[in-house]
Amino acid sequence: MEFLKSLSLFGRTRSLEGKVDAFLDRLSQSALIFKLAIKTYLGEGADPAFEEKLRQVNDLESQADALRRAIETELYSNTLIPESRGDVLGLLENLDSIHNLMEGALWSFSIETPAIPPEHGTAYLELVEMVTLCVEALVLASRSFFRDPARVNDNLHKVMFHEKEADKVSTRLKRAIFASPSELSQKSHLRHFVELIDNVADRAEDVADRLAIYTIKQKV
Amino acid sequence: MEASVLFFLTSGLFLGWALGANDAASVFGTAVTTRMIRFSTATVLCSVFVILGAVSGGGGAAETLGRLGAVDALAGSFMAALAAGFSVYLMNRCGLPVSATQAIVGGIIGWNLFTGTPTDSRVLLKILATWAICPLLAAVFSAGLYLATRWAVSIFKPHLLRLDAYTRVGLVLAGAFGSYSLGANNIANVMGVFVPATPFHALELGGWFSFSGTQQLFLLGSIAIAVGVVTYSGRVMSTVGKGIFPLSPISAWVVVVSHSLVLFLFSSQGLERFLVAQGLPTIPLVPVSSTQAVVGAVLGIALLQGRHNIRWRVLGKIGVGWMMTPILAGLICFIGLFFLQNVFDQPVQRAGVHRAAAIFAPPPGRPAMDWKIPPRPGHRPGMAARIAPRP
Repeated sequence: MEFLKSLSLFGRTRSLEGKVDAFLDRLSQSALIFKLAIKTYLGEGADPAFEEKLRQVNDLESQADALRRAIETELYSNTLIPESRGDVLGLLENLDSIHNLMEGALWSFSIETPAIPPEHGTAYLELVEMVTLCVEALVLASRSFFRDPARVNDNLHKVMFHEKEADKVSTRLKRAIFASPSELSQKSHLRHFVELIDNVADRAEDVADRLAIYTIKQKV
Repeated sequence: MEASVLFFLTSGLFLGWALGANDAASVFGTAVTTRMIRFSTATVLCSVFVILGAVSGGGGAAETLGRLGAVDALAGSFMAALAAGFSVYLMNRCGLPVSATQAIVGGIIGWNLFTGTPTDSRVLLKILATWAICPLLAAVFSAGLYLATRWAVSIFKPHLLRLDAYTRVGLVLAGAFGSYSLGANNIANVMGVFVPATPFHALELGGWFSFSGTQQLFLLGSIAIAVGVVTYSGRVMSTVGKGIFPLSPISAWVVVVSHSLVLFLFSSQGLERFLVAQGLPTIPLVPVSSTQAVVGAVLGIALLQGRHNIRWRVLGKIGVGWMMTPILAGLICFIGLFFLQNVFDQPVQRAGVHRAAAIFAPPPGRPAMDWKIPPRPGHRPGMAARIAPRP
């Protein structure tokens, strides 16, 4: 009985593996579109191309949410990976929060339309580049967690590196903003957007720390 | 069949129940506590395969146990089994995974001492040696299998979810194999003492199916084991699965496989025939302890992973339980036989002078003491008179 049930598990397992991969794909795509969206905004402002990218990230986030819920339901209803399902769900929820931060940052750009002076454009681009690399490395580390836990640390190390770089860029950018002759209100507004982008990298670092613990627990 | 025969067999069934609650718990304990297999599923699987193993492959180990001391009267078998069952039950109450094998050996030696039957020291040594070898062998198997599994996982890199599915299937298969081996090896503990005095006759159905008296005994005993598994195995499962060392699902699988292999080695007549045919030395068919095998297997993995997580206190308690069990069973059996023979007037041995009677024999020239309690005037015949075999 349990044996036959276990055999049918392989089909369900395959489908669930696909869902986990799809969830991670959505996050990775969102990070890339996030970078393109900021690039577009810095070039053209909140034009239709930017709004289209915002819509794409929004859709990907909704799809990722649906996948996360489906994975959660299947893991618990079929009592799969009983020892580590809490960790897996924790990981997916934390990754989802990164998705939410990117989506939220783009909505803020769309609603508040900050006026970013051209002299800060390069630094903003550099910041978003580091943030994207950070998220990409985290997605790779998460994939390794499911398939090859021994390699998780290789990618986590990159997350930490890119997060530090993002911090350096954001600090430099904030100094430049507050050293400029603009109004204090505009400086504060610009600083807020630096933080919105940098928060994504900070959150990725937090998730990476948790992932390191999950991986230690994951030993055979 | 006489009612007295059925009554005497109840102690074997009680021991079977205790073994089911204790040793059988060891087979699926790690799988259940790691939540890979539900308790209900584990009990059904275990029960079915224990019965299959006992009926089809229980002969070999029973023979060795029979040579240790051929308890040849039903009342003697009754007390040996009752003493063993009661000792295991007492240890179970403390949540200690003890060995039914040790308990029944203690019971048989208690009977030997009481009846003055010499204990075959070679067979006893063989059994004692397996008690030391069994956990050691299980530890070696589990350590080797653990390293091999870890290597295979690092090479094939299965997805976490697929690894979970493989582990479940592996646990079900290994658990079924373990239960079969347990039935084949440990049924000797439950019904072995009744074999020389079996009340069953061989059944022949149409000349193509025969069911020997021993097999009928083993079927009865294995059903009792199954009842023990279903009704009372949860507590020991918890001690075995979590008490000694926290196990991952894959380690749980390694433990179940190692335990099953050890039990199979000590009970397989087929393997023995194969080794003889190849001119290789054979492995003695001795009833070994399922619990000792599991504890050894868990320890093998624990030592490999570093000793820091081992709960030595629990391990110490288990060790004390192992030493106490045969002594306790032997003592209970000796005292119980004394009462059975002298209070209930039951023959505990088919022939020969009872050692206890010889010990308390009067000096030469003085009348022998009557150890039977004289009936009071107007006293109705008690249990002894009612269940005594008719002349």
